[in-house]
Amino acid sequence: MTKNFIFTQVFSLGLSFLLLSSVAAVAQVPFERILNADSEPQNWMTYNGGYLSQRHSRLEQITRENVGDLELRWMLPNQVFGAWQSNPLVVDGIMYVTERPNSVMAVDAVTGRVFWKYRHTPAENARVCCGANNRGVAILDDRVYMGTLDARLVALDRINGQVLWNVEVGEVDLAYSVTMAPLAVKDKIMVGVGGGEFGIRGYVAAFDAVTGEQAWKTYTIPAPGEPGHDSWEGDDWQHGGAPVWITGSFDPELNLTYWGVGNPGPDWNAGQRPGDNLYSDSVIALNADTGELEWYFQFTPNDGYDYDSVQVPVLADIDWQGEARKVMMWANRNGYFYVLDRTDGEFLVGKPYVRVNWSSGLDENGRPIPTPQPEGMPTYPGNQGGTNWYPPSFSPRTGLFYFSAWEDYATIYRAEEAEYEPGRAFLGGGFSVLAPVQGAPTIGIGRTNPINNWTDEVGHASLKAMDPQTGEEVWEFEQFDVSDSGMLTTASDLLLTGGREGYFHILDARTGELLWYKNLGGQIVMAPVTYMVEGTQYVSIISGNTLATFALRQ
Amino acid sequence: MMINIRNKVRFGAWLLFLNLGGQLVAQELGDHQYTSAAIEAGSRVYSQQCALCHGPNGDTVDGINLRRGVFRNANSDEDLRRVISGGAAEGRMPAFGLSQTELDGVIAYIRAGFDPDGVAVRIGDPLRGQSLFRGAGNCADCHRVNGDGPRTAPDLSEIGAVRTPAALQRSLLDPENALLPINRAVRIVTRDEEVITGRRLNEDTYTVQVIDSQERLRSLIKADLVRYELSSTPTHRPTTFSSEEVADLVGYLLTLRGQ
Repeated sequence: MTKNFIFTQVFSLGLSFLLLSSVAAVAQVPFERILNADSEPQNWMTYNGGYLSQRHSRLEQITRENVGDLELRWMLPNQVFGAWQSNPLVVDGIMYVTERPNSVMAVDAVTGRVFWKYRHTPAENARVCCGANNRGVAILDDRVYMGTLDARLVALDRINGQVLWNVEVGEVDLAYSVTMAPLAVKDKIMVGVGGGEFGIRGYVAAFDAVTGEQAWKTYTIPAPGEPGHDSWEGDDWQHGGAPVWITGSFDPELNLTYWGVGNPGPDWNAGQRPGDNLYSDSVIALNADTGELEWYFQFTPNDGYDYDSVQVPVLADIDWQGEARKVMMWANRNGYFYVLDRTDGEFLVGKPYVRVNWSSGLDENGRPIPTPQPEGMPTYPGNQGGTNWYPPSFSPRTGLFYFSAWEDYATIYRAEEAEYEPGRAFLGGGFSVLAPVQGAPTIGIGRTNPINNWTDEVGHASLKAMDPQTGEEVWEFEQFDVSDSGMLTTASDLLLTGGREGYFHILDARTGELLWYKNLGGQIVMAPVTYMVEGTQYVSIISGNTLATFALRQ
Repeated sequence: MMINIRNKVRFGAWLLFLNLGGQLVAQELGDHQYTSAAIEAGSRVYSQQCALCHGPNGDTVDGINLRRGVFRNANSDEDLRRVISGGAAEGRMPAFGLSQTELDGVIAYIRAGFDPDGVAVRIGDPLRGQSLFRGAGNCADCHRVNGDGPRTAPDLSEIGAVRTPAALQRSLLDPENALLPINRAVRIVTRDEEVITGRRLNEDTYTVQVIDSQERLRSLIKADLVRYELSSTPTHRPTTFSSEEVADLVGYLLTLRGQ
């Protein structure tokens, strides 16, 4: 019996080798596959599940009727402590997920067992503001791509995890870094740089997918002589921040890539850098082949509140108020929800979704009317924003846009003159979170305490379903703590998300009705993803230091 | 399974106001505290007379951190007066012939945590404070210290290490604006019509954890509750003690620094 079994194994292994050698000549994930990601919902091939960044899966095995049958299939613990913000990709049964600071693992998506692990050790002088975060990889053909904390881009062999090339994206001495998952478009790999708290000058750069050679690089702050440069005074532009630290989106018809741009520097002293400070806190539309700027829309001119516009540009072709439109939906950190026309950046609608007091509204062009608060008084939304980088979802079925908002959260800002020193923090002041009584605990950048001793009186989460037609909230689902969790919707009208409390929530995407929840224990600071292998739909979600994968009970 | 997670009601007066910088409080609290003029004057005396040995942050002498209120030979303000005027540590700390105003200023500056905009709280005699804690103050009726007393209110064994003198004083004089939100009193009615009163220990979207009036740890699922009420007012009222008694009580609480 045993002998036979072993014989069978050896025999079939030999057979598979033969099969593999005939398959290997064809690249696994050519651009066309990513382009048509919608037609193979069993895979999750880009950071946001497709170029339009809707995070909407056409899988529908898990439904509102059977959601109670979800069971844990496997868990993969992180070897490194700290917020695990990575978004796994899944292609043909293999999951590619990154781990702090800069490791990549290839994992069997059915069992959770690891095929290979690649470790990159960032240079010792790598500097990031907010933790050794990495949000995942990109895949193209037979290569897996990761940006690193020391501002490099690494290409790995998808099959054995070996380095194919490793190139510089930015100067680590000047505190450039890469935390985002790269975006693979056609024959190029695109990344933006972090460092908005260190006086960098931000940019998006594209690299040849095969050789790693830089193809183009577009700064997010215009140089002297370029349009928009007059939105800066003196030398401020040289260290004005405007990083790009979240993966962009791509419209193949318009051949445009869209990127959210972060805060100007120094963060909290807007008076030190007079002008609109373009293209900080903007969305920029770049030609996918040349990187040329086609249009921009600035959400927060001369920002003094750290309102990075690094949210994911969510794209959809919808009937907007009776007219077919190519829209971009955007719940911004500044507290306003926007709908733009993504062909030219035309402002269609913009409304506050949380309490906003730094501005009294938007004018007809979407420009905010500033109402700065007196010194020492609270500003709404607070420094972490009405929302932040966590990816939203748009369901073409419900026509609604879903995201995590922070309600009743404010901070008191303090501006100080800051002097730029290369590679050093360039902040221009500080802030404190508004608390109900002096000295009470407040919300931090992540959650490490299992006891919520700051309570909802300092802020709490509201998952909002927004109607892009009106810019209004249709329904909300509140949590006691705040949430940095992204969203996933499915064709069975489920909405899946998490939160800092560690609950995995599944709601009806149409109504917001809670269908199922499970306490996974650790903070959930990324969105769930879903995929299918051999007829079984899986859902993976990272809670604390554990990647947990669920499927229906067999 | 639709759960209305915001079905809780707040009872008692609901006040939420800002204490920014503490100046407003300092004026209201009158003779419980040193004046900002005294703190400012003290900062000048300190930099001229004390900083040479104690350093700009008050932490360059071993075992002493003036800014954080860590001393070798003193608890109360009176102790500080004695040490400054009489010297200490076998002459290594010399005696300073300061005027009464200068002396008050330096103590105010130390008590304000070296912050010219801070609040300098008067700190009295810990022994007298301990008697008040156990006696007329009725504090020990609810608070536990070093294993002695009930657990229904927060345990105060380490309170001197985790609260500033200003925060302790505020708890006595203006408890409503000192109570940490997590510690709010709760009144819960379950589906089985059980009424639970106690203090909140933790809460999330779906559950709440409390210590009830019988000192039992209870974890409740919000969906199973008929009522969940949070009190915005603490269980004790502002103290009617004199400013000297309050200073003594604060002095005692500051000695509670854990085992």
